[in-house]
Amino acid sequence: MIAEAGLAALWLAAALALLQFVFGAMALRPGGGALLGAVRPVAVVQGVLVALAFGLLVLCFLRTDLSVELVARNSHSATPWLYKFAGTWGNHEGSMLLWVMILGVAGGAVALLERRLPEPTLIATLAAQAVIGLGFYAFLLFASNPFARLAAPPAEGLSLNPLLQDPGLAFHPPTLYIGYVGLSVAFSFAVGALVTRDVGADFARAMRPWVLGAWILLTLGITAGSYWAYYELGWGGWWFWDPVENASLMPWLAATALLHSVTVLATRDGLRAWTVMLAVVAFSMSMVGTFLVRSGILTSVHAFAVDPRRGSFILALLLIYIGGALALFALRVGTVREGSRFDMVSREGALVVNNLLLSAILGIVLVGTLYPLAVEAVSGEKLSVGPPYFNAAAGPLALILVAVMGAGPVMRWRRDDLLPVARRVAMPLLLAAAALLAVALLAPGIHVLPLLGLVAAAGVGAASLAPLWKRNLRRTPLFTWGMVISHLGVAVSLAGMASESAFTQETLVASRIGETHRVGPYSVRLDGVEPVVGPNWTAVEASLTVRRGDGPPTVMHPQARMFSTPPTETNESAIATHVDGQLYTVLGKDDGQGRWQLRLWWKPFVTLIWAGGALIAIGGALALFGRIRRAGRAQRAERATQGYLA
Amino acid sequence: MKAKHQRLTLAILAVAAIIGAALLAMSALRDQAAYFYTPGDVKKDGIPAGRAIRLGGMVEQGSIARAADGVTVTFRATDGATAVPVRFKGILPDLFKEGSGMVAEGRFEPGGTFIADNILAKHDERYMPPQMAGEMHKTESLKK
Repeated sequence: MIAEAGLAALWLAAALALLQFVFGAMALRPGGGALLGAVRPVAVVQGVLVALAFGLLVLCFLRTDLSVELVARNSHSATPWLYKFAGTWGNHEGSMLLWVMILGVAGGAVALLERRLPEPTLIATLAAQAVIGLGFYAFLLFASNPFARLAAPPAEGLSLNPLLQDPGLAFHPPTLYIGYVGLSVAFSFAVGALVTRDVGADFARAMRPWVLGAWILLTLGITAGSYWAYYELGWGGWWFWDPVENASLMPWLAATALLHSVTVLATRDGLRAWTVMLAVVAFSMSMVGTFLVRSGILTSVHAFAVDPRRGSFILALLLIYIGGALALFALRVGTVREGSRFDMVSREGALVVNNLLLSAILGIVLVGTLYPLAVEAVSGEKLSVGPPYFNAAAGPLALILVAVMGAGPVMRWRRDDLLPVARRVAMPLLLAAAALLAVALLAPGIHVLPLLGLVAAAGVGAASLAPLWKRNLRRTPLFTWGMVISHLGVAVSLAGMASESAFTQETLVASRIGETHRVGPYSVRLDGVEPVVGPNWTAVEASLTVRRGDGPPTVMHPQARMFSTPPTETNESAIATHVDGQLYTVLGKDDGQGRWQLRLWWKPFVTLIWAGGALIAIGGALALFGRIRRAGRAQRAERATQGYLA
Repeated sequence: MKAKHQRLTLAILAVAAIIGAALLAMSALRDQAAYFYTPGDVKKDGIPAGRAIRLGGMVEQGSIARAADGVTVTFRATDGATAVPVRFKGILPDLFKEGSGMVAEGRFEPGGTFIADNILAKHDERYMPPQMAGEMHKTESLKK
């Protein structure tokens, strides 16, 4: 019954999305005022229904209802409950339902919470959100039904891909998806404002918190995914330029650009058309990412099923939505009035450069990701584009971007002069020069990119604090703190990346029991290798005694796990985190002569990469909180004035 | 600055950025794009030593040999018609075995041996690198 109820809720939600669109379209016509009030409630109920459908699917997984095909193919009664729960989205249909659920709930949230947008624009926004929803409901119901039943339930399920059986699965996909799909709100806002020809500072102020919210979760999701790949794959790398990673990076780049241009629009009423364009591009990138990951044209841990019909379905949706939005943009961009002007040497100017660089990096990543697919489609030739391309093409631009990020926040709005700006960043520049000298002296022979990375991190880290200079810290607005902390996070993350790539030390040996090996400042002794048993796996586990110099010994236990259903092995690395870096140990195979392969890495300051990512997100959260509080205060003040006047 | 000038400056900047990015992307793509090769491609194209590529193929039956240090392994990667010797120092992926598909990242040394920095094998026993599937299919149908 649960599965049928879920399917019914999904159909009802789809019907309400249709209603939401029809009501919205009719309400915007002359004389349709009577329907204005109906659109918001419909959007809220649609969100509730799709959330209910998703909840019921989770219930099917928790109860391991094997008569549901999806559960039978992706779960197993012996799976620990956390993976039964998270396994709901560890497959194609479930993850698409999560996607659509977030889309519907985001629409409902806009209907419930958004008070600043003029009513017609809001209605147009909700109608646009409903149109996006309709396409993806159709995709779920006709091409990826998660609630399909099996005529004859099997005795046992096929289990979840062992690589996915990790706490990361409970956290990474939902945060990433909320970020991804949350950008749909920006897209719908842009479409709504184009429909009602209402692009301006108020529109930007209304849109900003939604963009900020999606961007925060996208940042967290990418950071979490990077750390997950780092410890789960056992390769010691944290970013592989895998197309699936690029699929999450591209919306982030676009959303970051949007976040900055929307600030120009909100504060100075400039960059109107450009901001609308970016809002369209950002969610388009989310859809491109969904297409890349869900169509099965890429083989990866993220691609669950290869079914060409699904690929063409998503591709068709992609073309309709992106094409439609761009056509609307082309038709209406002429009616978007020119915003206010500014000098190139100004805060706006720096933000324009920021936007151009982010867009250029986005273009480079997009080209590198799609090029192999395009070549294969045209000539049938198979090739792949790897890290050498992305590092060479995107790395230099990213460094310039970081440098601009250091100078932008100390520039004035509208117009500024180079000399005072130079004076304001003199201290950070001196620090960067000192860093250059120190690194060149202490680590001769370091490669260019890591060297520049360390130098930029030092300079920009200091420059990011400059907006707080000589300010009363207690009266500094929260969103300024947010910006400072986010920018500091970028510098911290950059320092981690540069340090990891420049200073990592590796030891790879086949070790007998009792032998001691050195890596970085550590000595590591292999004490023994024992079998261990988990809930649905068996493993061999090494005991390593680790000492730093003459310090106290600690014990580490890297494992090699064997899962029975399906028969798969995974490496569970053991990682010891210290203030100044991580010791990363992987147990390999025995060589048949009593020796075990051990791979040991000492990665100085590698944790800064993800700490920086977390800082960026925290800064975003502070800014969001600050904006919402200020908006609430302004609203209350306005209401008080009105009450007084009445 | 007049509104018209401002628009013009912005437009020029945007165009310059796009062209710059496109040039950067194209030059990097020309150097790095044909980054995936099968043993047959290697024979046909002649890859210069030291260039970073991916080599995809099946591990030839009976070709795996382990060196005395316990961490170095040599084997031959084949597409059914051509085979290339590969040397790898590190921990092999769990499903790496003779007769199954793998992708090696690395470069050729002057002697013609492929030195792999990293070896990927999919965590799925039915997996064959997608770039390989077509090639294997071709060679198999040739044999028939």
